[in-house]
Amino acid sequence: MNGVHDMGGMQGFGPVEAEPNEPVFHHDWEKTVFALNVATGMLGKWNIDMGRHSRERMPPAEYLEASYYEKWLYGLRRLLVEKGLVTADELATGKAAGRADEARVLRAADVPLALRNRRAARMDGELAAPRFKAGDRVRTKNLHPPTHIRLPAYARDKVGVVDRDHGVFILPDAHARDGRKEPQHCYSVRFTAETLWGSSARDVVYLDLFEPYLELA
Amino acid sequence: MSDRHHHHQHHDHDDDRPRAHDAPLSDVELRVRALESLLVDKGLVDRAALDALVDTYETKVGPRNGARIVARAWIDPEFRRRLLENATEAIAELGYIGRQGEDMVALENTRDVHNMVVCTLCSCYPWPVLGLPPVWYKSAPYRSRAVIDPRGVLREFGVDVGADVEVRIWDSTAELRYLVLPERPPGTEGMSEEELAALVTRDAMIGVAKVPSPAPPSARGAKR
Repeated sequence: MNGVHDMGGMQGFGPVEAEPNEPVFHHDWEKTVFALNVATGMLGKWNIDMGRHSRERMPPAEYLEASYYEKWLYGLRRLLVEKGLVTADELATGKAAGRADEARVLRAADVPLALRNRRAARMDGELAAPRFKAGDRVRTKNLHPPTHIRLPAYARDKVGVVDRDHGVFILPDAHARDGRKEPQHCYSVRFTAETLWGSSARDVVYLDLFEPYLELA
Repeated sequence: MSDRHHHHQHHDHDDDRPRAHDAPLSDVELRVRALESLLVDKGLVDRAALDALVDTYETKVGPRNGARIVARAWIDPEFRRRLLENATEAIAELGYIGRQGEDMVALENTRDVHNMVVCTLCSCYPWPVLGLPPVWYKSAPYRSRAVIDPRGVLREFGVDVGADVEVRIWDSTAELRYLVLPERPPGTEGMSEEELAALVTRDAMIGVAKVPSPAPPSARGAKR
C-alpha cells in the first residue's frame, strides 16, 4: 500500500539525531510492548508480514506522531482483534470474557530455543529455476496494490541490475493477505542514484526484490 | 532477570520529567498494563516469558556479538572469506543465530566502497549480531534520507566519504539482514581479537561510522 511507512526518499524530516549511550529500552512499557509482540506472535495466529502490514495501516497522521513502540502497540491491538484472540469489547474494557484455549503459549523455559530458531522465510527447493541471473538488467513493475508489498515506491518502474539471487523465500504480499506461503526468488537489485534520484553522486542503492516485482528491461 | 514494573527507578532517559513515586501512570503506560493483564488473564501470554524475552535483548544479545564477528574477520583471513561468502554460516560458527538473523549478508567496506544499511519500509535489523535497533535507525529522518542523501546522513555522523568512494546503501526490503564489515583502522597491528572487538562500534556495523584508530600508547599511559 502507498502508506506513510514507505519513507524512502521523502524530505523534510530533519537531521538524524543519535543518542549517545542509548539504552535498549527507554521506558518499561516499551519492554512490555516488545515482549507482548514477540510472545503473541508465537501463538501462530499471524505471521511477520501480517505484523508489518498491521502497523502500516495505522492512520498516517498517527503513524508520523507515534514512537516506534507505540506503532507496535497499535499493530498488536489491531491483530489481536482481527485474528479473534481478543474481542473489541475485551480490549476496550480490559476485562477477559473467558480464557483462551491456546496450546502454543510461550513459556519462559522455551524462550531461548524459540529465539534461536533458524527457519524463517527461506523456501529453497520449493521452486524451479530462477527467471533472472546476476548481471541481468531488470525493470521494476509499476505496482500500487492497496495491500502489503515490499517494493518501495521510490524504486517502482526503475531499471536496475541483478546483483545476486538470494534464493527462494516466502512472498510477503500473499503471506500478509491470507498466510499463503508462495515461494519466489528474491534478488538483490542494484540501482544507481542517477536512476532513482537524477543524482550525479557515485551512490548506488541495493534492494531485495521478489521475482513478481521484476521484468527483463 | 529484567523487571518491567519497577517504573519509578529508571527515569534517566524519559522524555518527560521524572515522576514522583506516587505520580499517575501516563496514558500509554495504562494502556500497555491493561493489555498485558488482559492477555495474561486470557491465558495467551506468560509473564515470566515476557521477562525472559526482555532480559535476552537487554543483557544477552547486542552489538558485542557483531563486534566479535568483525574482530575475527580482521585477524583470520579464512573466516573473513567464509563470512563474505556465506555470512549466515560463518556467523553461526560463533553461535549467533536465530530470530531476525536467519539469513545474513556481510558487506565489506574498503578504500573504494562504503556500505550502509537501512530499512525504509519498517525497521529490519540483524538482531542476533546487533541486538535491537537504536531509535535513530527506526526514525523518519534516517529511513527517508539514507537512500536519497546518504552522504548528508554520513556527515551528520561525522563521516566524510570522498567523492571517489562509491556509497552503497542496502535497503532491507526482504528477509535478508545485513552486517557491515568495517575497515580495520591503522594502529591496530598486533592487537588481540578481544582488543580489536572492543574498538568496533554498533554504528560502524550499520555503516554510519568508521572504526577509529586506538589512542596512541602514550595517551593510554603505556611505559614505552
